Amino acid sequence: MSEPIKQDTPAADGERRTFLKAGAAVAGAVVAPGVLLYGVSQARPPEEGASSKQRWGLLIDTTKCGGGCHTCVDACNAENGLDGKTGPQDPQWIRKVDIKDLRTGYVQSLPMMCQHCEHPPCVDVCPTGASMKRADGIVLVDRHICIGCRYCMMACPYKARSFVHEPLTDQNPEVPRGKGCVESCTLCVQRVDRDEQPACVEACTAEGHQAMIFGDLKDPQSAISQALKSVDSVEVRADLGLNTGVRYQGI
Amino acid sequence: MARLANWLRLAVLAGAAALMAAPSLEAVAGADLPKLERGKAEKCVEDTQFMRRNHMDLLKHHRDETLRQGIRTTKHSLKKCVECHASEKTGSVAASKDDFCASCHSYAAVKLDCWDCHATKPGKKPVQQAGQPATSPLMASTPMEGKQ
Amino acid sequence: MSNDFCTDLGQCRTKQFMTLLGIGGVVVLAGLYAFFTLEHHGHVLTGMNNQIVWGLPHVFAVFLIVAASGALNVASIGSVFGKPMYKARAPLSGMLALAMLVGGLAILVLDLGRPDRLVVAMTYYNFKSIFAWNMIFYNGFFAIVGLYLLTLMDRRLKLWSKPVGFIAFLWRLSLTTATGSIFGFIVARSGYNSALMAPMFIIMSFAYGLAIFMVVQSSMYRWNGLRLDENVRRRMKNLLAVFVGASLYFTIVFHLTNLYFAKQWDYERFILLDGGMYTFLFWVVQVFLGGIVPIILLFVPRSKDTEAMCFCFLAPSLVILGGLAQMYVTIIGGQAFPMNMFPGHQVSSSFYDGVVGTYAPTVWEWMLGLGGVGIAFVATVVAVRMFKFMPQDDFTELQMRRSTD
Repeated sequence: MSEPIKQDTPAADGERRTFLKAGAAVAGAVVAPGVLLYGVSQARPPEEGASSKQRWGLLIDTTKCGGGCHTCVDACNAENGLDGKTGPQDPQWIRKVDIKDLRTGYVQSLPMMCQHCEHPPCVDVCPTGASMKRADGIVLVDRHICIGCRYCMMACPYKARSFVHEPLTDQNPEVPRGKGCVESCTLCVQRVDRDEQPACVEACTAEGHQAMIFGDLKDPQSAISQALKSVDSVEVRADLGLNTGVRYQGI
Repeated sequence: MARLANWLRLAVLAGAAALMAAPSLEAVAGADLPKLERGKAEKCVEDTQFMRRNHMDLLKHHRDETLRQGIRTTKHSLKKCVECHASEKTGSVAASKDDFCASCHSYAAVKLDCWDCHATKPGKKPVQQAGQPATSPLMASTPMEGKQ
Repeated sequence: MSNDFCTDLGQCRTKQFMTLLGIGGVVVLAGLYAFFTLEHHGHVLTGMNNQIVWGLPHVFAVFLIVAASGALNVASIGSVFGKPMYKARAPLSGMLALAMLVGGLAILVLDLGRPDRLVVAMTYYNFKSIFAWNMIFYNGFFAIVGLYLLTLMDRRLKLWSKPVGFIAFLWRLSLTTATGSIFGFIVARSGYNSALMAPMFIIMSFAYGLAIFMVVQSSMYRWNGLRLDENVRRRMKNLLAVFVGASLYFTIVFHLTNLYFAKQWDYERFILLDGGMYTFLFWVVQVFLGGIVPIILLFVPRSKDTEAMCFCFLAPSLVILGGLAQMYVTIIGGQAFPMNMFPGHQVSSSFYDGVVGTYAPTVWEWMLGLGGVGIAFVATVVAVRMFKFMPQDDFTELQMRRSTD
């Protein structure tokens, strides 16, 4: 696993970290692995919640994103247990959107998913508060209190949300999903909480496209903050003033 | 409707109370009590009697903490319950009527909707990248668990 | 009026009453059957999808809810503005309002993805959500209108009918404002996102509610072999014409405003010109059949024989039809039009970006939607039989008025 964005941390050396983690797992019972790992990793301990000192975001370089490439979509489906069907009633958490400038004919391709807004319309409209934003800016659906009214789907300007129309089985234990609730990209919150990158970003990087950078928008030293400082990036539907966590470069 | 949370809790409490009414009762009515597959679990994270009464509160509290705050301790997590208690026959906590969750809940006639969304089986294969255990060692080694 | 005269549905024609109840009951049962089927199999059986997330059930539900608050208008004119002719109709108006609200809400609730979590909807409130406010307004509506009915029907409480009626009037205005704002507050979609939604829904609620009231009223009179007083008829038809005209006015202003904003042109072209079904429903059903034709029917002078039919049944029925079409165009047309995420670009994806959403309601949705109408119908039939909802006009006063008219 390569970690392009964590180069500022002491754990920058991905191999070393992986080795340590594996070693710790083996020796977990005898040595005090927690102490050791807290020392080398930036990951917050599990009993500590998400903090507003961080805000997770994505920078997507559309000039590096290839038309016809669905690596991010496939990785998302595998990680989150989606079957990858694309009928009108099938959920899609991330999709590739092809756009063509009507005046110039310039063609681009980009991944579109929940933009993890600072002011998410889906959270505003949700009657029960099931649609919520975590302290670190990740927008989620609390399925325990989602009543399936779909008003958030009406309100989302990015068409990021899907409704589960059918009963599901064999879910990924880390990603509960089920009939009658609304769902969307979670920024792979289960991975982020253990200091990993979202599946789409990891896959895009592994494929060599490097079109997606994930990181902490509030940490001025993070790779994403550095990149945002040096390139021109935009929000989709910036006119709405939602301050999205996902930004695009090259459109 | 059958799944209303409060009814659920009431019914579970009633069921749990019935279970624990008296040791003598257990001896008398032993034949009627649910026979459950404990899975590979040897010892629960809490006392059995305590769990019978309070597992639903622990789970509810934990679910809100995990989802809303991102607190990922494993001691009271549903995922961990499933990992330990999945039946060795079916690999699930709710696939057959003898499985851990299903047996008691059908005995107490309390319908569960956990399994509409949550997996009833532990993860199929230790996931993710090479060298990365199914659950990060970070997750497994919480101070809370140290108490066990 | 003498006592041997049949003054309400309940005193006569038990057989016909049972037939009506039976028909309504079957429709309600069909709706419940659709609900259980959908609850079991999921919304995969409906025509709704991830593009058109609210479908035919919501068309019926929102129409009933809007018409419910509009039906109360008759009572408000009586209690708040002190018109005796309308006061005589206040109990029927309040009862109809409650019946339709029950029907509309039933559809909304039964269409939820997790209807079993209704208790969650009642216990967890996000006060920034206009939807949550709607739930509060709906529940309050039951309480306030229930109380209002009590003050209207119990002589000892008569004194209270004016203040309670006033509160009910304000409450129903708030309720429809909130209902319109469900759409008005959606920034994402071109078809909504307008402050005009709330007042437009209010004025439309006046028209739909009064239309339904008039149909029910004339059915009741006809059923009992009575003739609605000419004076009453004339006044109500004039009021309906004003409301229908005002609805058309708001519709025109809404679309003219959009036509002025370049970014809304595509949406307007969709609804007004090349939206297929939606364009047809808009021009032919909503505007022509539901607006222009009723106004003509209401204003063109005609013989006494056909007058009652035209004024009290045909014109209001067309208004109801137009109202359903308006809801269909607003709710489903507004979603079918693709969201404009990348202005100036042609957009395509596996998730149907950039294409007009397709929607064809299935039989389950018809059953669910009509089931809600059935609930309102059954509630009305039962209430009319059990209580005195037949308007009790003071004929001497009407006579006097006629002589001075």
